[in-house]
Amino acid sequence: MVRLLIEPVLNGIVYGLLLFMLSSGVTLIFSMMGVVNFAHASFYMLGAYFAYQISSAVGFWPALVLAPICAGILGAALERWGLRGVRQHGHVAEMLFTFSFVLIIQEAVQLIWGRVAVPYAIPEELSFSISAGVGINYPVYRLFMVGISVGMFAALLLLITKTRIGIIVQASLTHPEMVGFLGHNVPKVFTFVFGFGCGLAGLAGVIGGNMFSTDPGMAHALGAIAFVVVVVGGLGSLGGALIASLLIGLLQNVSISVDGSLADLFRLANIQVGTTGPIAELMHLSLNRVAPLLPYLLMVVILAVRPRGLLGRRI
Amino acid sequence: MLHRSRCWSVVVWLFMAAVHPAVAQDTIRIAFVDPLSGPIAILGTRALKHFQFLADRINSMGGIDGKKLQIDAFDNEGSPERSLILLKQIIDSNIRYITQGGSTPVAYALSDAVTKHNRRNPDKSVLFLGWGNTDPGLTNEKCTFWHFRFDAEINMRTKALTDYMASLPKIKKVYLLNPDYSSGIQVERIATEMLRAKRPDVEIVGSERIPLGKIQDFTPYVAKIQASGADSVITMNYGPDMILFAKAAKQGNLNATLYTFFGGYPGIPAAVGESGKGLIFLSEWHSNLGIPEFEQLSKDYEKRYGEDFFHWKIALTLYMLSKAMTEAKSVDPLKVAYALEGLRYETPVGEAWMRKEDHQIIEPLFISVLTDGQKFDIDHTGLGLKTLRKVTARDAEVATTCKMERPAH
Repeated sequence: MVRLLIEPVLNGIVYGLLLFMLSSGVTLIFSMMGVVNFAHASFYMLGAYFAYQISSAVGFWPALVLAPICAGILGAALERWGLRGVRQHGHVAEMLFTFSFVLIIQEAVQLIWGRVAVPYAIPEELSFSISAGVGINYPVYRLFMVGISVGMFAALLLLITKTRIGIIVQASLTHPEMVGFLGHNVPKVFTFVFGFGCGLAGLAGVIGGNMFSTDPGMAHALGAIAFVVVVVGGLGSLGGALIASLLIGLLQNVSISVDGSLADLFRLANIQVGTTGPIAELMHLSLNRVAPLLPYLLMVVILAVRPRGLLGRRI
Repeated sequence: MLHRSRCWSVVVWLFMAAVHPAVAQDTIRIAFVDPLSGPIAILGTRALKHFQFLADRINSMGGIDGKKLQIDAFDNEGSPERSLILLKQIIDSNIRYITQGGSTPVAYALSDAVTKHNRRNPDKSVLFLGWGNTDPGLTNEKCTFWHFRFDAEINMRTKALTDYMASLPKIKKVYLLNPDYSSGIQVERIATEMLRAKRPDVEIVGSERIPLGKIQDFTPYVAKIQASGADSVITMNYGPDMILFAKAAKQGNLNATLYTFFGGYPGIPAAVGESGKGLIFLSEWHSNLGIPEFEQLSKDYEKRYGEDFFHWKIALTLYMLSKAMTEAKSVDPLKVAYALEGLRYETPVGEAWMRKEDHQIIEPLFISVLTDGQKFDIDHTGLGLKTLRKVTARDAEVATTCKMERPAH
C-alpha cells in the first residue's frame, strides 16, 4: 500500500516542480511588468531545442548553462526591440504581441529542426536508477530535476529579496516613476526581468525536453497547464505558483493511479448507484480516465470561489 | 447590342476552352488529399513523396499501358470539411481517382461523398483509393463499391499480433494501454476477446484508455503497469504518445515487452533512441525483409529524399491499380473497380489480394523487433527491425459484415 502511494507522490512532486519552473517565469513577468507572456511555453520549447543543439555539440552540462542563457537573451532582445515599443499602447496590445511570438517561434522551430521529434536524450551519467527503499527504483534524473528546481526557487527568492537588483525590481513594480526619478534605468530593469523569466522557461525546457519529448507540439502541450498553475496560484505570487504546481502535479499523478469512480465511493457506503439514467455515466466514470481534466476543473473552481488564486493579490 | 454581346460570349467561351488546363489524353490523374500543412503535415508530406516516387517509377517503366500517372496534391489540412470542398474541385477538374489515408473521419466523409456523387453522376464517377486508413467500419458497416482499402485494417493487425502472442508460452499477464478513440477502443476490445479465446490462461491484468495526444507524463501509467505485474503491453499509441510512453517505460525500468502497432514508424526510433530496443512492431512491411527488390526501393528512395522508405502500401495501391487498369483495358472508374475487386497480386513477400466482398486488401503481415545490428536502420539510429514472425495473407484474413451494393456493369 505504501509502495503504491510513494511512486505517484514522488512523480507528482517531480512533475509539479517542472511546472513550477515553467510557471514561475510567467508569474515573475506578470508581477513585475503586468504583461501576460503567452509565449512563455514557446521559450520552454526553445530551451529544449537549444539544449539539444548545444548538447549534440559539446555535451549536456554546458547545455544546461548555455541554453537558458540563449533563451534569456532572445527574450530580452524581443522585449527591448519589440515589446517596449508596444507597451505604450496598453495591456491588450502587449498580450497580442506576445501571442504573435507563439506563432513565429512555432514555425521557426519547425523550419529549423523539422516537424518530427528530435533525439534529445538524458545524459549517460544520469540515466540510472537508485533504490528508494520498499523495492522502488527511482530514476536519478528526476531527482536531479528536483534539485535544480529547488535550487532555482531558492536562488530566485534570494535574488528578489536580498540583492540590489531584486530590490530595484520590487520597487519598480509599484513605483516605477519614483524609481526612475532616483536615477535607475527602469526600462532596462524590465528588459532584464523579461529576459530572466524567459531564461527560467528555457531552463525548464532543458530539463523537461529530454525527460519527455522535444517536438514542435511541446509548447502547446504544456502551455495550457502553465497558465492553469498561474491562475490557481495567483498571478504575481511566486509562493502561490509553487503550491499550485505541486498541487496539480500530485493531483494528476495520484488520480491516474486511482481506478475508482464516484459509484465505487457510494458502494463503500452501501448505496447502489443505478447503471441507467442521465447521471449514471458520470457516476461510473473512473478517476483515472478524467485525471488529465482535473487541473482545469480545479482552475474553474478557483475562479468561481477565489478568483485571485490561492496566494494572489487582490485583482 | 445583343449581337455584339453574344459575339463576345462566344469569343470568351472559345478562349476559356483553349486555355482550360486540359491534360493530355494519355495521363491518368490521381488526386492526393491529405494534410500538407499544420501540425500533422508530416503524415501527408511523407505519403506524397512515396506517391510521387512510385508514380515516377511506374512511368519510367512505360506507365500504365503507355499512359503516364500524375499525382495532383491537395492539402486538406486534416479536416473532413475541407476534404469535401476539395472533392468538389477535384470532380470539377475532371480527375477520376482520389486517394487519402491516415485520418478516419476524413476517410468516412470522402467515402460517403464519393458514393453519393457517383450515384447521381454515373458518367462522372470517381474511385476512392484508401492508402492508409485502418478503421474497420470502412469495409464493414460503411463499405461501398467505390472505395478500396490498400491497408490491412486494424482487426487484421490485432489478429496477427494476438496470434503471435498466443504462441509464446512466456506471456502470462497482458496490459492494454490505448488512446481513447475509435481505433484504440477497438484494439482494446478485439485484443481482449482474441486473447481470451486463444489463450484462456493468459490474464488481462489491466486496460487503460488515455486521452489522445494530451498526456505529457506517462510515468503514472508506467507505474500502474509495473504494479500490475504485466509481462507484456499491447498498445496502438502513435506519434507523440508512443514516443512519450516508450521513453517513460525505459525511465521507469518497465519489465514488460511492448507490443506496438506504430513503434517502428519513422520518427519514433529517432525520438526514443535506446529506449526503443526490444520493442515489438506489427506492420505490413519493414526494411529488413531481405528482398533485393525492396532493398533497391529503399536505397533509391533514400537517395532521392534522404528519408526512409516506409509506405509499401502506397506501392501496392499504385501497382494493383496499374494491373487492374491494364486488365480492364480502360481507365474508367467503373470498369477499373470491377477489375480491382478480387484482383490477386504477387508481392515479393507472398500473395496479396483485394477481397471482393468488401474491397479490403488481404496481405502478409510481419511481427518484428526493434534491435541493433540490422542491415537497414531507421532514422539513422543504428536500430532496425528484425522479423520474428511472418503472417501469410490467408492467416491475416478476418471476416467482414459488408453487404455491398454494386452498380450495373
